[in-house]
Amino acid sequence: MMDHETLRHLADTWGLVFLFLTFVVAVAVLFRPGAGSHFRKCAELPLKDDRKPDVREPGK
Amino acid sequence: MGNVVLIILLGLAAVAGLFGAARGHDALFQAHAWVIVAASLVAIVALLQRLDRPSREDVENSYADGVVRFGVLATVFWGVVGFLVGLVIALQLAFPELNLGYSFSSFGRLRPLHTSAVIFAFGGNALLATSFYVVQRTCRTRLALGGLHWFVFWGYQLFIVLAATGYVMGVTQSKEYAEPEWYVDIWLTLVWVAYLLVFLFTLFRRKEPHIYVANWFYLAFIVTVAMLHIVNNLAVPVSFLGSKSYSAFSGVQDALTQWWYGHNAVGFFLTAGFLGMMYYFVPKQAERPVYSYRLSIIHFWALIFLYIWAGPHHLHYTALPDWAQTLGMVFSIMLWMPSWGGMINGLMTLSGAWDKLRTDPVLRMMVVAVAFYGMSTFEGPMMSIKAVNGLSHYTDWTIGHVHSGALGWVGMISFGAVYFLVPRLWNRASLYSLRLVSWHVWLATIGIVIYAAAMWVSGITQGLMWREYDPNGFLVYSFAETVDAMHPFYVIRAFGGLVYISGAFLMVYNVWRTIQGNHETRAVAADAAAPQVA
Repeated sequence: MMDHETLRHLADTWGLVFLFLTFVVAVAVLFRPGAGSHFRKCAELPLKDDRKPDVREPGK
Repeated sequence: MGNVVLIILLGLAAVAGLFGAARGHDALFQAHAWVIVAASLVAIVALLQRLDRPSREDVENSYADGVVRFGVLATVFWGVVGFLVGLVIALQLAFPELNLGYSFSSFGRLRPLHTSAVIFAFGGNALLATSFYVVQRTCRTRLALGGLHWFVFWGYQLFIVLAATGYVMGVTQSKEYAEPEWYVDIWLTLVWVAYLLVFLFTLFRRKEPHIYVANWFYLAFIVTVAMLHIVNNLAVPVSFLGSKSYSAFSGVQDALTQWWYGHNAVGFFLTAGFLGMMYYFVPKQAERPVYSYRLSIIHFWALIFLYIWAGPHHLHYTALPDWAQTLGMVFSIMLWMPSWGGMINGLMTLSGAWDKLRTDPVLRMMVVAVAFYGMSTFEGPMMSIKAVNGLSHYTDWTIGHVHSGALGWVGMISFGAVYFLVPRLWNRASLYSLRLVSWHVWLATIGIVIYAAAMWVSGITQGLMWREYDPNGFLVYSFAETVDAMHPFYVIRAFGGLVYISGAFLMVYNVWRTIQGNHETRAVAADAAAPQVA
């Protein structure tokens, strides 16, 4: 059975490192070279025609 | 065929309800069992009427907008109900005679009715409706899993009715914002899992390679609320046919679990979900892409990583260990950054198009909402600092803070979404009146400013009076004296609420006339039927 101290130790060492690294990775992916145009295109997504769903088969 | 199975299931539910009504251990449980019987019968009648009518919406090449239409109407309806109850309890605080002497009309019963009506009924329906609208548009596919979204919508309304009738009758597990008892909690869990499944499977069948950021916020809201709801409501019912249960936690653990739930209800229900709204409706209304898509993703990850730790700031100077209080405070202060990053992202979406604010009151509504998001996410971290909290906690300042967030941010971004959606969902070329929208913007803004200013003054007065000692170390004021000093501010607050709610009534009229459609603008049905050019 884990006691409070063990859990707290886990949280303020590996837990902290894990969350921080995940955040660093997310930022690194965002700012990787060449990603700018990709994300500008993503931002346009809601502005496309929104009256009908796209019923084509995927991949066409 | 599916409807026949449904009718049989509903019949079984009605029988189970009858059993509960006959054998329930207390009158409150029996009353709720009757609500279930009534709801099942109404649903059966409604289904029987459409048994031999083919569903109008059952086509793959259209969006499932019926549920969004119902969701928008429910948002408007519950909004007005919630605001009205709020006005009543504001007046009760100013004039206690208005409690009327009945248990069901007392402040203690009506207060959870108000909070749940505005948060879960008004806000929840706004989130349901807009998430279903946005996920379909940005994934360019119809809602998945057939008609399950109708179960989500009507199941959620049943949850609201059970919760609301329960509060008035006195059913409560006395956890703030989580008052409903165990059987209502279980029902909401079922509805919420169905909601998650509909949303997830719609994402799975998307026709766009990328998942637009608004959907990330909506998904974080759905997943986190499921987790919070289940953990905070872990309880053992006294009887399976009774309305009373006891929490699995006790003492300070119970308090921490409750405020972990409570603050993340603010963070994920009232913030993440509505940010999903902001990231879709502000770009749509401004007809410009969001200022920085990368910033929106950083906003997302930073917000969800930090918010989850902020709850302990509700328990400053309590039995909660000091380090946990400090942790809650530090994470609250760090939240300044993603919150303001998100606010700047929303506002800067208008860069180069600020002139639209002059001509488009719907956009003005959304921009005021984002500004209030910035203001209340500045105020919140400041109030979480222990030294400030020592003055502000348990005073009206907190009430003022909550309302600048709820009326300003949540309310106004929802009104903006309603004004955006109604003409589109009912195929009208425009709203009935933009002038009424403009009036609504100003009435809402002025109402909130009056409300928040009154609460700042009364809250700080209250805090200072509570902690004033004389040279001998005795308290200067009795509690009753501090209550007496609040009276003028309570009257001013009720007036601010009245101004805000009058704006909401203008919205009801405007939405109703737009749906009626007999204003000079013509329907755009012909345009909408044009074949899609991909």
